Amino acid sequence: MSQTLYDLIGLAAGICFILALKGLSHPKTARRGNLIGALGATVATVVVFLKPPINNLPWILGALAVGTAIGVPAARKVQMTQMPQLVALFNGVGGGAAALVAIVEYLSLGTEATTAEVIFTVFTVVVGCVSFSGSIITFLKLQELMTTRPVVFPGGRFVIAATLGAVLASSVWVVIELGTTPLLVLAALSLIFGILFVLPVGGADVPIVISLLNAFTGLTVAASGYVLQSTLLIIAGTLVGASGTILTRLMADAMGRSLFGTLFGAFTAKPQEATGQAEERPVRSGSADDVAILLNYARRVVIVPGFGLAVAQAQHTVRELADLMISKGIDVAYGIHPVAGRMPGHMNVLLAEANVPYDQLAEMDEVNPTFGQTDVAIVIGANDVVNPAAQTTPGCPIYGMPILEVNHAANIIFLKRSMRPGFAGIENELLYDPKTMLLFGDAKASLTKVVSALKAL
Amino acid sequence: MDAMAIVSIFILSVFVGFEVVSKVSSTLHTPLMSGANAIHGVILVGAIMVCSHSETNLELGLSVAAIILATINMIGGFVVTDRMLEMFKGKKGASK
Repeated sequence: MSQTLYDLIGLAAGICFILALKGLSHPKTARRGNLIGALGATVATVVVFLKPPINNLPWILGALAVGTAIGVPAARKVQMTQMPQLVALFNGVGGGAAALVAIVEYLSLGTEATTAEVIFTVFTVVVGCVSFSGSIITFLKLQELMTTRPVVFPGGRFVIAATLGAVLASSVWVVIELGTTPLLVLAALSLIFGILFVLPVGGADVPIVISLLNAFTGLTVAASGYVLQSTLLIIAGTLVGASGTILTRLMADAMGRSLFGTLFGAFTAKPQEATGQAEERPVRSGSADDVAILLNYARRVVIVPGFGLAVAQAQHTVRELADLMISKGIDVAYGIHPVAGRMPGHMNVLLAEANVPYDQLAEMDEVNPTFGQTDVAIVIGANDVVNPAAQTTPGCPIYGMPILEVNHAANIIFLKRSMRPGFAGIENELLYDPKTMLLFGDAKASLTKVVSALKAL
Repeated sequence: MDAMAIVSIFILSVFVGFEVVSKVSSTLHTPLMSGANAIHGVILVGAIMVCSHSETNLELGLSVAAIILATINMIGGFVVTDRMLEMFKGKKGASK
């Protein structure tokens, strides 16, 4: 196969990726966009084999088979609730792969490497390793295998700054010495830096970090494309890097977070003082029957689903309740916070899985002005996204985040497992409000009881 | 490839990347991130290239690991994105 034809096919794959991102930006074309992307990636992979010489073919095919055998079942079987951490993990292994590619190419170039190639190699190794270890930490946080709260230790920011300094110093060392040892030291330091970089990030900011690391991985792919002289890798990597950066900013905006604050949280984070108000305060808890009566006489009800709903797998039960209320002539809407769940748009995916009609899903800006005319707001397994502290308490971790203003509704019902605070770890004043009723228990069990009580009325 | 061509490709790709995702509803943030994530799995191409000219055992071992990781990233990424978007399609069907 001639080099020109090979390059042209590579270009076609690059165009596929542009069309994929374009398609993924619109609901109608999103699925097709993803398939176009997969097509481009497949074409690009197949074409590599048509450009001899290909050595170590059994190894290559074996590794492809192993990767497929791991990746496909993981993607097929994952619960939709755990999907964000899977995306984080996929991103991490991509970063790791880019770093390994750069290391191997560096080893085989040996002393023939030009300074530019070495600099790009250093960039790929550093950012790829940071992306890899950082993504592993975000995975552990989302999987709740470790605390979701910011991990800050005394002098942490000096340790982080020192590690960053060491990474930069060893980068220079690699460029000057051109040895294997400096490169491995650099890789190790970068892995450590990735861990330290993500540890101080609070649970609510984790999606932003995943998106950012995703953009990072894109850039490492672009840099390794330079070293390998592959236009396709440069195009694909840069596209992901650029679109990932924009997406990170859009997400940060949707969550009312400052991107800068999230990124450099590692350098500015101070150990948090324990939140004071842990005392026992009276709350009004009710039974499923109380809730059913309240709903029976309501004219308008807004359901606010949160991650707790998904954990309890109660999407189908909540739809049953909504259908029942609609059959009684009650106006029902779902108020969807942009970051309900663990990632922007996550809740829409989860409710779509339960076949909730699209026209009942109301976005935050649509539903907020209607809470004044709403008789009952049912908050199911959500907490931070309705916490008025985001509007009233400057300095609290979620201050400035747009919220669903359920506090304007005439009655509020919270379905909760316990009084435990939400993902961001902040007390919610609304739980103590006189117009709030709490229904404790597993969201699915509680909803089932409410449905049967409402049927009996 | 000369440096100027590479810089041009890079800069133009940055603008295309910015442009295609500048207006996205928050509903699609997660699938878009996941789809972009799958696209950078194309590093698989690079992994195969380095594996094919690996000479020492160390190079071979590292590049085989790179292929495995990149395959997981690429194939897993596209499959999980498709699963997410499949549900959106079901939702639209239900509303009509």
